[in-house]
Amino acid sequence: MANFTLKVNGTTHQVEVEDDTPLLWVLRDQLNLVGTKFSCGIAQCGACTVHVNGNATFSCVTPVSSIGNSEVTTIEGLSKDGNHPVQKAWEEVDVAQCGYCQAGQIMNAAAFLEQNPSPTLEEIDNAMNRNICRCGTYHKIREAVSLAAKSK
Amino acid sequence: MTMKTQTGTSRRDFLKIAGTTAGGLVIGFNWFSCDSPKMEVLSIEQVLAQAKSFNSFLSISPTGDVVIYSPNPELGQNIKTSFPMVVAEELEADWEKVRVVQANLDPQKYERQLTGGSGAMPHSWERLRKAGATAKFLLVAAAAQSWNVPASEINVSKGMISHEGSGKKGHFGEFVDLASTLTAPEEVTLKDKKDFTIIGTPVKNVDAKDMYTGKPMYGLDFHREGMFYAMIQRAPFGMKISQVDDSAARGVLGVTNVVTFGSSVAVVGTSTWPLMKAKKMLKISYEPDGVVESTTDHDKLFTDLLANGKGDVKRKDGDVASAFKSAAKIVTAEYQCPFLAHSPMEPENFFAHVQGDKVELVGPTQTPDRARQETARLLGIPPENVSVEITRLGGGFGRRLRADYVVEAVEVSRAIQAPVKVTWSREDELTGGAYRPAVRYRFEAALDAAGTLIGYKLRGVGMNAGNTTRETNFPSGAVDHVLIESIEHASSITTNAWRAPITNFLAYAEQSFLDEVALAVGKDPVDFRLELLNRAKTNPVGALGYDVDRMIGVVKMAKEKSNWGKNSSIKQGFSVYFSHKSYVAQVADIEVSGGVPTLKKITAVTDCGLVVNPTGANHQVRGGIVDGMGHAMYTNLTFEAGVPKQRNFDTYRLIRLKEVPEIETHFVDSGFDPTGLGEPALPPTGGAIANAIFAATGRRLRSQPFIEQKEFSDIQLQIKRG
Repeated sequence: MANFTLKVNGTTHQVEVEDDTPLLWVLRDQLNLVGTKFSCGIAQCGACTVHVNGNATFSCVTPVSSIGNSEVTTIEGLSKDGNHPVQKAWEEVDVAQCGYCQAGQIMNAAAFLEQNPSPTLEEIDNAMNRNICRCGTYHKIREAVSLAAKSK
Repeated sequence: MTMKTQTGTSRRDFLKIAGTTAGGLVIGFNWFSCDSPKMEVLSIEQVLAQAKSFNSFLSISPTGDVVIYSPNPELGQNIKTSFPMVVAEELEADWEKVRVVQANLDPQKYERQLTGGSGAMPHSWERLRKAGATAKFLLVAAAAQSWNVPASEINVSKGMISHEGSGKKGHFGEFVDLASTLTAPEEVTLKDKKDFTIIGTPVKNVDAKDMYTGKPMYGLDFHREGMFYAMIQRAPFGMKISQVDDSAARGVLGVTNVVTFGSSVAVVGTSTWPLMKAKKMLKISYEPDGVVESTTDHDKLFTDLLANGKGDVKRKDGDVASAFKSAAKIVTAEYQCPFLAHSPMEPENFFAHVQGDKVELVGPTQTPDRARQETARLLGIPPENVSVEITRLGGGFGRRLRADYVVEAVEVSRAIQAPVKVTWSREDELTGGAYRPAVRYRFEAALDAAGTLIGYKLRGVGMNAGNTTRETNFPSGAVDHVLIESIEHASSITTNAWRAPITNFLAYAEQSFLDEVALAVGKDPVDFRLELLNRAKTNPVGALGYDVDRMIGVVKMAKEKSNWGKNSSIKQGFSVYFSHKSYVAQVADIEVSGGVPTLKKITAVTDCGLVVNPTGANHQVRGGIVDGMGHAMYTNLTFEAGVPKQRNFDTYRLIRLKEVPEIETHFVDSGFDPTGLGEPALPPTGGAIANAIFAATGRRLRSQPFIEQKEFSDIQLQIKRG
């Protein structure tokens, strides 16, 4: 066991876990931030996507020991009242079916649009292809990312 | 026209709720319009504390807030939005003042509290309408009494009750105290469908805000102070435990216990990650317990059983032997599909707390009552001692119709005498069973000299599939001589309903085969189907499970909307299927340019009766098509000595965003009451794509997934993202 000081959503937290504990499980089990989802555990589906220093990161394969001073942002901290342009676009387009993958989709889209505010459809597709939606909401995901890009 | 209807068909729907209490995961929403009578936004708890119950579905607070209980599990089919829309419509509620609460399991109040078979809406449509209409009747009666005016002169709209003559006006809340003391009427008048203002409009998902801000709402998010976590190692199919060495697992920091029950070993601890590590350190020896099967065994079994197995005759019309003897042409083909896992994005999980002879269950289930019954049976306690709180489900696809993962959590809680949440890893989910069964079909068609289908034989073999055929489905009814047989193999690999059970593959096989038959006699595939349907309409043979006119309706509309056969550079594939009371026709378009085929578009025409929520309906049709396409194209699950080879999404390939073409949806305005849409759009998709691939390349794909077939390997099919 080791002590880690983590900056998550602008707040500093102390946790005592094993070095190899993935950030995902620190968020979910230690900090009770369960908006970040577990699904595959091997960086294949993107349900666990968070921002580490603004970069979309698979938290399921990111050991807590690798975080250091980096700023972690989860879906709970993406905006104050769910009013991030990507969240608003998701509401406007009414993207979700079961909704389980959508926090990861939103976090991926938000990081992507931060780095590429005026993407082509091709670029949107390439960025969003790393997240799986088992319900098949892909058309709406594309539509919502496009809308968010326009409204930013 | 309006419709008078008895309210008493189901008494339990109208039982008054004594003291309205909400479950632990209450999801409300607070979109107050600016001109609402009360500007203060109350929490759902505040609303429920003062709300008066009108029936099992509905409570209204003196503030005018309307609470609608949604009894069926929500797994993405949008029932938690569409059910309340129906209640609110008949109530004449202001949708912005409606809060939706997921009801816990309560068979005293609700019938058919499950999600499966696309059956929730057809089952509940009238009940929901009556629930709203009855409450409206009582509110109007209370207002009439208070104002001393005739009820017939009172108008209700958007949560406001008014009387033009006296100029009196008030919101629902002002009348709930009196209204809730009045006796419910024997019959109520339902609205004319043309007057609907909520039904038929694109109302947004009631859980949207919570989903997009990461609020705890799924089973995996549930937490109880002092609860333990557990993960379970299950035995390969056909094996049982001979020896367990758990010493290394017990040494992992954070592991508090290891529990063996049946052929499972549970590691228990205070958080998830140590359990994932500890599970890998379990040293478990297994021994055969029945037959240990591999995919190669199944392939041999299919061949042998199709040739020699005794079929269970499901349908026999006319004299098949003579028809085939007299045929001018015979077409024969075999089609096969693999096992599939359900792979909902939220892996299986459940919370259980066994305390003496009482059990508390919380989690994602499509069948809360089954969870209760199986728990009661395991522990030998009365079912009513088991409470079930239904969380939102991160997908289901049929997996959560079973209660195996619920009962496991009960086993662990009983063993450790503490509350516990059991979590499955993705590997557990893909290796843990309850699969779509592997099936092989043989079709034989006999045609006369004019190219008319005179004989039709279908023989299906399934691995724990039950009946692999659907004997009253098309083309039954359209052919004089028919023989349909089903052969079952009892496999050690466990199976379960998987979205559109059986028809998820049967439709593909049948619609591809009909394409083969049509082309063999030089007929247009759509005309060929219409010819058969006209025969079924004018002179049907035996029992039909489908409405011929509705099927003709979607076929004709799909032909029109897809510009069938009108653009020579677009090669098209047609498919139509009836399942779960809805009719869906689909056309896939492939353009060939420079020898490269590109799948550009799928056009879908659906007749599901009245569309309650266009957004939800679109979602279900497009999602069903994406699901049908993904599994037809990419996904395989094979076995080696009882163990699945594909153990996570790196090898168990699911469809991704870049692999989805444009999907254009149309709905037939057939005037029928609504039927479900969770499943019916999936079955036709594989056939439409396979038939288009044949039209474009001459390659006939008779097995799934396509990408593993040698006929597909050099086609280099591209997908134009839509």
